[in-house]
Amino acid sequence: MSDTPIDRVAKATPPSVASKIRGLSDRTIAWLFVAPTIFLLLAVNIFPLIWTINLSFTNFKANRPNREVDYIGLRNYERILTDGDIWLSMQATAHFLFWTIFLQVLIGFTLAWLINRKFKGNDLWTTLIVLPMMLSPAVVGNFWTFLYQPQIGLFNYGVSFFTGIDPSSFQMIGDVALAPWSIVIVDTWMWTPFVMLICLAGLRSIPDYIYEAAEIDRASKWRQFWTITVPMVLPFLMLAVLFRGIENFKMFDLVVQLTGGGPGSVTELTSINLKREAFEKWRTGYASAYAIILFVTVFGLASIYVKALNKVKER
Amino acid sequence: MKSAKLLAATALVAASGLTTTNAQAADLTLCWAAWDPANALVELSKEFEAQSGHNMNFEFVPWPNFADRMLNELNSGGKLCDLLIGDSQWIGGGAENGHYVKLNDFFDKEGISMDDFAPATVYAYSTWPKGTPNYYALPAMGDANGWFYRKDWFERPEIQEAFKSEHGRDLAPPKTQAELLQLAQFFQGREIDGQTRYGAAIFTERGSEGITMGATSAMYPFGFKYEMTPGKYDMEGAVNSAEAVAGLEFYKELYKTGTPPGYTDSYMEQSLDAFKSGQVAMAMNWFAFFPGLYADPDVGGDKIGFFVNPGQNKEASTLGGQGISVVAYSENQDAALEYVKWFAQPDVQKKWWDLGGYSCHVSVLNDPSFPDSAPFASDFLLAMDGVMDFWQEPAYAELLLAMQKRLHDYVVADQGTAQEALDKLIEDWTETFEDEGKI
Repeated sequence: MSDTPIDRVAKATPPSVASKIRGLSDRTIAWLFVAPTIFLLLAVNIFPLIWTINLSFTNFKANRPNREVDYIGLRNYERILTDGDIWLSMQATAHFLFWTIFLQVLIGFTLAWLINRKFKGNDLWTTLIVLPMMLSPAVVGNFWTFLYQPQIGLFNYGVSFFTGIDPSSFQMIGDVALAPWSIVIVDTWMWTPFVMLICLAGLRSIPDYIYEAAEIDRASKWRQFWTITVPMVLPFLMLAVLFRGIENFKMFDLVVQLTGGGPGSVTELTSINLKREAFEKWRTGYASAYAIILFVTVFGLASIYVKALNKVKER
Repeated sequence: MKSAKLLAATALVAASGLTTTNAQAADLTLCWAAWDPANALVELSKEFEAQSGHNMNFEFVPWPNFADRMLNELNSGGKLCDLLIGDSQWIGGGAENGHYVKLNDFFDKEGISMDDFAPATVYAYSTWPKGTPNYYALPAMGDANGWFYRKDWFERPEIQEAFKSEHGRDLAPPKTQAELLQLAQFFQGREIDGQTRYGAAIFTERGSEGITMGATSAMYPFGFKYEMTPGKYDMEGAVNSAEAVAGLEFYKELYKTGTPPGYTDSYMEQSLDAFKSGQVAMAMNWFAFFPGLYADPDVGGDKIGFFVNPGQNKEASTLGGQGISVVAYSENQDAALEYVKWFAQPDVQKKWWDLGGYSCHVSVLNDPSFPDSAPFASDFLLAMDGVMDFWQEPAYAELLLAMQKRLHDYVVADQGTAQEALDKLIEDWTETFEDEGKI
């Protein structure tokens, strides 16, 4: 008896994967699917972390492969935590973090609030404002060194135009007092649009009917702002702060290009300091301990912050 | 039998062909910094290519990234470079970490004598431990930090008069560091041809080696040295001696009162830019740039003059320059050694100098016509007589970065005193040498 077309199709169809691995439990199949990801995570994240922790207790130097490696206990940690220069670097990072985030949130939110209003050329302004964010940090750092140039720099001429101060009388990136502000200004110029975009998303997510209800209740604009706008945008703002905080904690390229960590070491942020220890001085063990300390700091602060963010969202 | 002969003949032809192919097929890569002499070396090496049949490739890295890039390459056992013209300070690390091939046997076999090269350059560029007859490089490019100035401005009667009335002596290139400062201050802010000019372009760069190379040019003549007893690492009283402190204070005064505004992170390129754009009357830089400067259509020729780093308590210049080494990880070591052998020949060394490279070969340097062969040649000889170099220890990078920090903190960032900066430097270096097991 000849096969029906249905039988022929059934014979031609290869057995399903499920039937091939019949006998395996759902849990095993699930593990098979996630195993590659777990392997990659272990290889790329967890193993290096454990290796770094191990190295942090040694005097290993990557450029001295022939030298004997000794375990020196907590000596690297002790050295770092009692090193005045490291603390100065931490202070420089804290100054940079605080002021960039403060200014970016303030200006970013204000710009978002203005852009959110319907006016002619709204889209054009949004595009123009967002432009700095699209540039490479190395390029930004490079051209701001020219803008800050005391003899030919536009920034100095701008300040001179508004204040009457001689443009060559101050050096933004050469003066110990001004250099920390020079990096804050450039980072703010570059990344405020990012904060603005997140705030804009937050503002546009607020339904109009809430404002209409407030209008009916005769709430003033000021009251609407504080009781509707701010609370509803707050989770977005906090997210922006988290992103910028993490980014700026590891800030490297822009500042290296702009000041190289100088003058002296006043703009030497922890990431620059760490890079010098690890890949210029080649104190691998010491740098590993330094990296672990920074990792714990960022991880701890980020965990606290994320909990706070979740609480705000739940409200 | 016939077929056996044919086979033998084929094998012979194949073998000889293989030999020829091998010799011709060697692709050598020479690594160096990207600067004027590197271009001269490319030109010079064409002769080697024609003679040997090897192909020369070049990997030139800009100076600010040169050490980073090349030391990473060596530390990772990279095969990019067959030949490396590495900085003099790398010789200790190159030798102890096994990055460079030891050349003694090769020199003996090929009859290359280190007596044919200027002793200061052999000591600085080739030997490790210092001064011992263990050679890891052939002196390739002699260099020192020197000065150049706007000769045309110095020759203007109105400027000469102004200087004489102010200082009671003729306007001339300085003989001492004190005179250098006086000159820099004289030109600082002066109007020449309707433009504001400045005194001197000096090295203040923070990231690599700039401020150390610049400041030591002042500190060595004042009396700064690294150890009380060579090889003993007894730095107290040498690094922070009264003379060293005076030298560092001097450099800061020169920076504060004699350099253009915003000159806080400048090295070779910035010095050249400042001079070529007519900003400054004088500039420090490596002799390696002098041929290019002399040939410059705007500020070269009759407009430029050169002088050796002025002395103070003694005559001394900061050493630059490099030796050429064969990289131990190279797969073309034979061909690389062939290049070294070719480069060591007196006639090649003569051409090297003619093209703009600074030969260290005595047949070139001791030639009676050498001092007059270029306007800066006699100054080069003077400089090489009194060169001093930074530590050449395997931990040189760590030692250098410590000095960069301490000097920049004091000179540019205005933090602390010169005495404190040098005392802290001894602390940093002591820690490094303790880690290294040297003290």
